[in-house]
Amino acid sequence: MEMKDLSAPWPWYIAGIVIGLIVPALLILGNKNFGISSSLRHICAACIPGNLPFFKYNWRKEVWNFFFIGGIVIGAFIAINYLANPNPVIVNEDLKKTLAEYGINNYDKLLPSEIFSFEALFTLRGVVMLIGGGFLVGFGTRYAGGCTSGHSIMGLSSLQWPSLVATICFMIGGFIMANYILPFILSL
Amino acid sequence: MNTEKIQTVDNNTACVNASEQNHPTWYNIKYVLVGIIFGIVFVKAEIISWFRIQEMFRLQSFHMYGVIGTAVFVGAISVFLIKKFNIKTIHGEEIVIAKKEFNKGQIFGGLIFGFGWAITGACPGPLYAHIGAGFYAIAVVILSAIAGTWTYGYFKEKLPH
Repeated sequence: MEMKDLSAPWPWYIAGIVIGLIVPALLILGNKNFGISSSLRHICAACIPGNLPFFKYNWRKEVWNFFFIGGIVIGAFIAINYLANPNPVIVNEDLKKTLAEYGINNYDKLLPSEIFSFEALFTLRGVVMLIGGGFLVGFGTRYAGGCTSGHSIMGLSSLQWPSLVATICFMIGGFIMANYILPFILSL
Repeated sequence: MNTEKIQTVDNNTACVNASEQNHPTWYNIKYVLVGIIFGIVFVKAEIISWFRIQEMFRLQSFHMYGVIGTAVFVGAISVFLIKKFNIKTIHGEEIVIAKKEFNKGQIFGGLIFGFGWAITGACPGPLYAHIGAGFYAIAVVILSAIAGTWTYGYFKEKLPH
């Protein structure tokens, strides 16, 4: 009974409360401001600083961020292996109709296997979406100075208006891409 | 009495770590535990699902708006209480919240990240969760995101801010 309840997808309010509580947890545990995209910068600073001033800082002081990310990987592993939802993902019917036009019909997992697989990397669509999309995420988050966690959750929680600007731009960019550009990419 | 310190984060030397204290590396284990909780919620509430992000940007589901909205609400109350009661860290340090300075990067970079978010269906947190959840092809997306971050660092001075 208990496990059955845990295996069904969790509702938004549970997720929202837990994620919201990460903000004070990190502050109280060690004065850490919630943020994830900076880890990408710390990886650059640690591995490929390339003599660029942007990557010349003491990344070892930020090593907590790598531990945090390690925890995310472990947590996802636990959830998918021990708390997994055995049923296909429930997806909006209109979206399913749209995606079927692009040959996406697999709802067994949280990501469509037609796009997010190593095989897809041998298609133009896969290259644009995985490599191009990833590049935009890395470039954009650093240019904006944060991602959904740093700006939308940490920044908005501490009532900082630049984070509101960033969040609105995240959403505008996402709306434009999902509705007007992604249809072309999906048909590649 | 509002005694909180505001730390200005210079984008060039920035860190999101406001602690001045030095602790042994194993002290960081506690962040692994917080991460584990985060990772479980990411998967169980399907936040890492490409389908959920498409629904969000196509206004076909309330789910992600509910998640982010509730998280901001709970986070804001928490920050308010920390300030109001001047709550310290477990090591007795004063809590410092990094101040976000406005620059045009939040607009241009924000739009660019929005494009990437809608394509990959993931922001950086879920990308790491994908690896734990067995979507190994996402390693390519992460490597590309690292390349994107590096490219930003390379062209930073030439970009409008």
